[in-house]
Amino acid sequence: MKRFLNEFEENIRIAMEQLWVHKMRSLLTALGVIIGIIAVTLMGTAIKGIDKGFSDSLDMLGQDIFYVERWPWRDVGDDWILYRNRRFINTKYADELNQYIAGNPHSLLRLAVPASNATRTVEYRGRNVSGVFLVGTTADFNLINTADLSYGRFFNRSEEVGSYPVTILGYDVADALFPAGIATAIEETVLIARHKFTVIGVLSRQGDFLGMQSFDKQAIMPLSAMRKFHRGNWSNSLRVQALPDVSMSHAHDELVGYMRLIRRLMPDQDNDFEVNRSEALEEQIGPIKAGLTLAGFFITGLALFVGAIGIMNITFVSVRERTREIGTRRALGARRSTILWQFLLEAVAVCLMGGILGLLSAVALFQVLQWYFPNFPFVFSSDLVLIAMVLSIAVGIISGLAPAWQAARLDPANALRHE
Amino acid sequence: MSSLDPVIRIKKVSKVYDLGLIQVHALKGINLNILSNEYVAIMGPSGSGKSTLMNLLGCLDTPTSGQYFLAGEDVAEMEDNELAAVRNKQIGFVFQSFNLLPRASILKNVELPLVYSGMDIDERRERAFRKLEQVGLADRVEHRPNELSGGQRQRVAIARALVNDPSILLADEPTGNLDSRTGEDIMRLFAELHQTGQTILLVTHEDEIARHALRCVRLKDGYIESDEAISERV
Repeated sequence: MKRFLNEFEENIRIAMEQLWVHKMRSLLTALGVIIGIIAVTLMGTAIKGIDKGFSDSLDMLGQDIFYVERWPWRDVGDDWILYRNRRFINTKYADELNQYIAGNPHSLLRLAVPASNATRTVEYRGRNVSGVFLVGTTADFNLINTADLSYGRFFNRSEEVGSYPVTILGYDVADALFPAGIATAIEETVLIARHKFTVIGVLSRQGDFLGMQSFDKQAIMPLSAMRKFHRGNWSNSLRVQALPDVSMSHAHDELVGYMRLIRRLMPDQDNDFEVNRSEALEEQIGPIKAGLTLAGFFITGLALFVGAIGIMNITFVSVRERTREIGTRRALGARRSTILWQFLLEAVAVCLMGGILGLLSAVALFQVLQWYFPNFPFVFSSDLVLIAMVLSIAVGIISGLAPAWQAARLDPANALRHE
Repeated sequence: MSSLDPVIRIKKVSKVYDLGLIQVHALKGINLNILSNEYVAIMGPSGSGKSTLMNLLGCLDTPTSGQYFLAGEDVAEMEDNELAAVRNKQIGFVFQSFNLLPRASILKNVELPLVYSGMDIDERRERAFRKLEQVGLADRVEHRPNELSGGQRQRVAIARALVNDPSILLADEPTGNLDSRTGEDIMRLFAELHQTGQTILLVTHEDEIARHALRCVRLKDGYIESDEAISERV
């Protein structure tokens, strides 16, 4: 044991010395490993980032909220005509749903809220923001709302019933109209679709997901107030929240049952509505992640393979160059295993150096990327460091084994005579 | 083991190199006894089996047939790891071209055999330093081999060979890379070591150098041609 520790220490010293003496050679040799480690860390970070961004957006939609709509949240392809011909969703369904929920003591659902949607321009003293997503709803909306208010308050029941022209602006809308600060928006009058509305609240910033739909470019108002300029029912939806910690699929089935009753569907008729859930989006993101993983594995694998061959080659050269040294060490009492470890550790040291350089480059690269894409949720985690280290060591062992074996097999008498 | 028991006892040792098409009989059944504290020169022209004998004596190789006892141990049948341990403990090698590690200090160089025998670092340092003191290089311990002269390098190599207190010092043309004056210095050091009780085997092809020894074994064509005491010593 003592001897082994001694030899291990000596071998590490030799490996470090060789790295230092052949700085350029080691660096060039490690290039494959460096690229491989950069690729694997970038891939890991991107996938984790997508996961994080995705789960953030799911939180914005609400993990426990069903969206009752005409259209499903997936690509319908050529079947679009079936969905287009469905009956509209009536905002009154919310009241009926709430009655069913209240009438069932074992209901898994908590609350249904109607929402009518439209896209309009919001103006304030010459400034305007077009394409704002309007949500007309009831005071109950605040109970299932997933966004916090930065300033102000939500509208109350009397404002809802009295069709008060009040609105809660999304962060981006308030930010664009009130450059002096979103707090100054409170109590100001803005024009929405050329109707006067008083701002009573501003939502805190929620961010967007990979440049997809923004959750900050919206304005919420009483449904009755919205009806003054938007009477269409085609874009109505219902938001139904489940009780906490219940089976979402059972809650889903309950909701579908109520909706069929409300729609008066016969048992042989298909659903003519869609109950959407944030989970449905996960199926869409799956292939992107799979593609990224595949590309990442391919690049990483290729780079590490090329790197391993380079390191194997350079270790063979090293064994050749130092044949006489091997002979000398054997004459002085080094065993075959000592020599094997010496060259194995040397290859591992080169790979580990490559791994560390790769990690450092990856971190630097993230800083740059973060600068250019501030919205992309990069996640750099410690298990990526662990994966990178384990991969580098594995490449070192795989590429060092053949040359180290050759070195250990050398006949000491012949090795000593080697010129 | 009394001082008159042989340190090296070789009985009917043969070595055959199988080169595929032909077989080379490098040693053809030789017998040789070397007692403790003998100073023996091994001579012979190239192709005489001199190198082969040296490899066998140094446990770098094993004989095809015959027996070899080194300090009472049968080394002819030993496994690779056992041979490494024997080389480490019983044999001190001195090479023609010194074979020092160029990037390690001379103290580290002398320590190396002790690393392989598993000695603690403090004890290692201490012993290596004492051996360097013995060859007169105590003030150079942190220098690297390329900062030393040829003679100094060979003295480092001798300190390294002696650091494990081996049964035999096996020197292969130790003055081959040195000028004659430096070579004489090295031979004087060998004489001193012999006086302190060291058994020395000196492989050389120069009569001048061989005459420093007390006994000369001459090889020819794989046989021992002559084995006699040296009368006219230097």
